[in-house]
Amino acid sequence: MTRIDDANAAAIQGVLDAAPMLVGVGRARDVIPGMADDVLLHAGPPITWDRMSGPVRGAVIGALLYERRAETEDEAVALVESGRVRFDPCHHHGAVGPMAGIVSPSMPVCIVENRTAGNRAYSTLNEGYGKVLRYGAYGQDVLDRLRWMEQTLAPALGRALELAGGIDMKTLIAQALQMGDEGHNRNRAGSALLGRWLAPHLVRAGLSTDRQSEVFRYLAANDLAVLNPVMAACKATMDAAHGIEGSTLVTAMARNGTEFGIRVSGLGDRWFTAPAETPVGLYFPGFGPADANPDVGDSTITETAGIGAFAMAAAPAIVTFVSGTARDAMTSTLEMYEITVAENPVFKIPPLDFRGTPTGIDIRKVVRTGILPRINTGIAHRRAGVGQIGAGLVRPPRMCFEEAVEAMAAALGR
Amino acid sequence: MIVRSAVRRSAYYDSITLMQAQQALRSLPGIVEAGVVMGTPANLELLREAGLDVRSASASADDLVVAVSGDTAQHVEAALSSLDGLLRVRPATDPGDQTYRPRTIATAARLLPGANLALISVPGRFAARVAREAATAGLHPMVFSDNVALEDEIRLKQTSRSRGLLCMGPDCGTAFVGGIALGFANRVRRGPIGLVAAAGTGLQEVMSTIHRLGGGVSHALGAGGRDSSEAVGGATMLDGLTLLRQDPSTTVVVLVSKPPDPGVARRLLAHAAGVGKPVVVAFVGSVPLHEVPDTLTPVSTLEEAGILAVRLAGGAPRDLDGEGGGWFQAAKERAAVARSRLGASQRYLRGLFCGGTLCAETVWLLESALRPLYTNVPMGKARPLTSLGRSLAHSVLDLGADEFTVGRLHPMLDMTLRAGRLGQEAADPEVAVLLLDVVLGEGVHPDPAGALAPAISAACTAARAAGRELAVVASVCGTDADPQNRARQVERLATAGVLVEDTNARAAALAGAIVAGGTEGDEMWTRISPRVPRAKPAAPWSQPEGATAGDAPTLLAGAPRVVNVGLARFAESLRAQSAAVIDVDWRPPAEGNRAMLELLDRLE
Repeated sequence: MTRIDDANAAAIQGVLDAAPMLVGVGRARDVIPGMADDVLLHAGPPITWDRMSGPVRGAVIGALLYERRAETEDEAVALVESGRVRFDPCHHHGAVGPMAGIVSPSMPVCIVENRTAGNRAYSTLNEGYGKVLRYGAYGQDVLDRLRWMEQTLAPALGRALELAGGIDMKTLIAQALQMGDEGHNRNRAGSALLGRWLAPHLVRAGLSTDRQSEVFRYLAANDLAVLNPVMAACKATMDAAHGIEGSTLVTAMARNGTEFGIRVSGLGDRWFTAPAETPVGLYFPGFGPADANPDVGDSTITETAGIGAFAMAAAPAIVTFVSGTARDAMTSTLEMYEITVAENPVFKIPPLDFRGTPTGIDIRKVVRTGILPRINTGIAHRRAGVGQIGAGLVRPPRMCFEEAVEAMAAALGR
Repeated sequence: MIVRSAVRRSAYYDSITLMQAQQALRSLPGIVEAGVVMGTPANLELLREAGLDVRSASASADDLVVAVSGDTAQHVEAALSSLDGLLRVRPATDPGDQTYRPRTIATAARLLPGANLALISVPGRFAARVAREAATAGLHPMVFSDNVALEDEIRLKQTSRSRGLLCMGPDCGTAFVGGIALGFANRVRRGPIGLVAAAGTGLQEVMSTIHRLGGGVSHALGAGGRDSSEAVGGATMLDGLTLLRQDPSTTVVVLVSKPPDPGVARRLLAHAAGVGKPVVVAFVGSVPLHEVPDTLTPVSTLEEAGILAVRLAGGAPRDLDGEGGGWFQAAKERAAVARSRLGASQRYLRGLFCGGTLCAETVWLLESALRPLYTNVPMGKARPLTSLGRSLAHSVLDLGADEFTVGRLHPMLDMTLRAGRLGQEAADPEVAVLLLDVVLGEGVHPDPAGALAPAISAACTAARAAGRELAVVASVCGTDADPQNRARQVERLATAGVLVEDTNARAAALAGAIVAGGTEGDEMWTRISPRVPRAKPAAPWSQPEGATAGDAPTLLAGAPRVVNVGLARFAESLRAQSAAVIDVDWRPPAEGNRAMLELLDRLE
């Protein structure tokens, strides 16, 4: 076996051995390493304001209003243009955020700890559907909801998790996959499990009946409630595989709405980026491809960790996103085995005779076979604040992987 | 005349698909000529020669180039735009097939439980890597592809052996394993005779002869044309002999090869002597060996290898020509009759072959009798023919050699080259005899005799009109169980006036005798004269009771379960034989980007 194969074996062991536990909720400013008052984290590889797409700009404005650093949209824009807002990718701070992925200092974030390697990962709490910050909306209703999350939801979840002694995210994902989720676009089962497991503890969290009711209503209505903890679990898992010299394993795939970027275990903090593509999929009534923003969000950490589109065969309920037949769902997963180095024995897929999900993308396999990873994704309107307009499938640009291969050859002096 | 062309970057198609698309384009209204090729320099040159000037000189070997000429711009454009539809036709899977088509061997091997053999027919420069993947996945590689680098072949055979796998090929055209014909193979009866061969038409000729004599084949293992060279050292032949030694269903072994490197020959013979079963050794193109152990029976022709193998296996072969060697006398008489019809100017023999080993056997049989003899497979006194487009004196050509097949289908698949050349030779007033081989079996032309017969008739008619009587001699390599049915093929040729002989050696001898006068022919007759087996025949063979799996080497324990990578027609042939097969949706690695592929290889 060559050194690369050894390095990949070590890296994938970190992935398969990871034990991500949802342990609590904290304030971004307090818990995320390197977070500061003037910093906004965003999804995807690094980007500057002038190159940000509509929904990401909208979310930035919303976050500055939420942080009360600006009173109006114009003030927020002026603040950014004055250079007094520092942007940094979530991924540089152990964090991940869906869609625009903006994390501001006051936002509550869930904390996932990988009990094997000891590393932690963070993600915001999911806002639910409709007009939401992650799609670039920043109206009063959006801000009101963010404050409710900060003041009611976050303390309640935090206390319940404390009483529960944490929630084993690996077990939760494993069960959800057998209940028809793939962990990225479909999270109905996982969210139900999260609510069920938290319920006995939520009632003892010291909330008034009305507040309890609000929290339960949130959990009952939001099929995406579990998505952000799942993303953090995936991030905690993949960070355990990052930084292994010589490893060609992909440890992050993320989009900032303008570019798609990947990171590779053996290539340190470098991003390999290319212009993001527009997802192909189904649109809500009244919208079409012309309205779509280029691919955006850190939620591709799910595919990076071997679920999402990689586990499509487990989720027949959403095959319409991948063209409509159960066969295509099976094909999606089978194809991903061609570019991955392992099968996760914990994440089993019933229709494939309980074969484990394809896990650990090898840049060499991607470039050699020409098969690009599949990604399930929501589609954002390209104007800020309109929100989600559809869902579908996207693939990363080939160039990201080719450049990573070139960099790896250079790094290893081959 | 309007000429238009287009280039599709990094679009790979196998040559058969391209040729079929090319033929379809030619038949479209108003189209004069069409070319659909991968953009190698040789192919682009070919297009230019065909009057299809391709301005896009920037095309690479991984780009698809299409060029069409025709009467109007409308017709030409219509033809160009129909290309995609023509290329999309993939007969690989039946329409009801709902299964995933794997892209890599590793996945295919996982999807086909018990897969144990990979049949690889991708372009040569990719074949070694695909074969390595097969070996890594625990599959015995059978590499049909040629143009594999010598060092790759050596390494591949070492790797395979270290994993306990048999590497057949590169350039292994045919094999027969556990009752299943692989590649360009003939359908033969199962029986006790195991073969190890370079595995082209030489093997096909021996297998077919065995079948026609009432014998049967246990397994036929292919080593590839270079296996018996000094560099490769007979690696596969040695391993193949070992497998046949262990195989309980094999009682007699036949070793077929071009004359090996002397050192390799010694090693092969020593190993063959240790097989513990009678071994027939056919080093085609050399005089039979002397001073070999008693268990070895050296022969000089492919026909003789078949006859003696059947005899050694305890069979009483139906003599090809009745008892008592009556054929020799009859052949000499037939030759005399044909010679008596020749005009004064008619002196020469022209052989047009599609089988490489059949051609080589012919050259070896004729080189002492016919002088001067020109050929593209020189040996003995035969001289190289420098200008292949025009024959000189006596000429025997292998039309399947690389120099004839660039940019076109192999003459076993496509009869147009040979039909054209037939007409050309027949028009030469000095030509007396045309000599042909007709090869049947899986994967080749569905009706070669039917495709050649009109050209033969036309050639004879034209010669007759010019006052000459041509003799046309042919042999048909194959069996009545082949898809083309040998009996019907022979009948078709005979109807066209061809003198059809039972084997290639006999066809060569008859054709040679028509033009060789006097004593020069004696050496030829000596070379074809049969010998008697030296070893005692094996005990009469009967199908082993029950499964032999416990004792047989795993590759030979049953019908192979095949991962097919490359030509879809090989997968179709396997399905027709009810063999378990999975077809890889193979595409050039890294989308044909060579620089990227080099980087990837460095990262292995």
